[in-house]
Amino acid sequence: MVARDRTPAVLDETDRLLVNALQDDLSLDHRPFATLAEKLGLSEDEVLTRTKALREEGVLTRFGPFFDAAAMGGAFCLCAMAVPADRFDTVMTRVNAHPEVAHNYERTHRLNMWFVLATETPGGIKDAADRIEGETGIKVHCFPKLQEFYIGFRVAA
Amino acid sequence: MSYVLDTTDRAIITALQSGLPLVPAPYAEVAAGLELAEDELCTRLQAMKDTGVIRRIAAAPNHYKLGMVANGMTVWDVDDAQLSELGPLVGALDFVSHCYERPRDLPDWPYNLFAMVHGSSKGEVEEKRARITDLLGDALNGSDILYSTRILKKTGLRLRKKG
Repeated sequence: MVARDRTPAVLDETDRLLVNALQDDLSLDHRPFATLAEKLGLSEDEVLTRTKALREEGVLTRFGPFFDAAAMGGAFCLCAMAVPADRFDTVMTRVNAHPEVAHNYERTHRLNMWFVLATETPGGIKDAADRIEGETGIKVHCFPKLQEFYIGFRVAA
Repeated sequence: MSYVLDTTDRAIITALQSGLPLVPAPYAEVAAGLELAEDELCTRLQAMKDTGVIRRIAAAPNHYKLGMVANGMTVWDVDDAQLSELGPLVGALDFVSHCYERPRDLPDWPYNLFAMVHGSSKGEVEEKRARITDLLGDALNGSDILYSTRILKKTGLRLRKKG
């Protein structure tokens, strides 16, 4: 799915409360949304109805586990390509078709396509990058992380 | 150390790749689809959390929809000898999300520090970028900022089918 709608959503205070709370870890119990609702002073039904609406509007792109490929013996790698403007959509379709491409952004630079490869083995990164390079004829620059300085940022709604 | 996934874990990951169902008892529903007991599913999910395979079970928000319409990937060419000291200071700024050292790719790419900067306007992002410039001081040899103009794809991790 390509999200093209960049218009900020109109959220009421309860939505904002919920968007913030939903970025924290959901409990592993039988009725996790009821547990969350209780913390927020809402009903379980309201939490679910609003969360579904937020997903449908695209305020939330996904709700579920964040898997860490590295902890499974896999790997992540940020990659970039300099895609000519007249081939952009064709190349995008090719790149996005790879299941290893977790997300992909168009950016303002000569290197204008930036995507993350997530694979089950470190060797899988090079394989995927090579396949994309072979299919598109465009060099894939790989920028693996060498040191992580911080991760855990939450977007305040 | 890596957590070794068995076939059941892999089936769980596959079932949860597109997300958790938004129903009152989501784990029970997922477990039923996999012919597992809810308890077993939760025990396995807990083990995956404990070992870091799952970072958290949570929402991925769309920054744009939340008014964070200006998101700049700032990139910096920082003196190698000072990077380990300065990197954590940049990462600790409250407007910086992902902050990593990455390899240069010369001659195309002289930058070795990446920091995502979020703001409600381009002006705000530029102001924050100036704060990072000040912080890096003499260790800085050059910088750039790349704005995202389109989300082309956004999904969770997808495993290739094995075998």
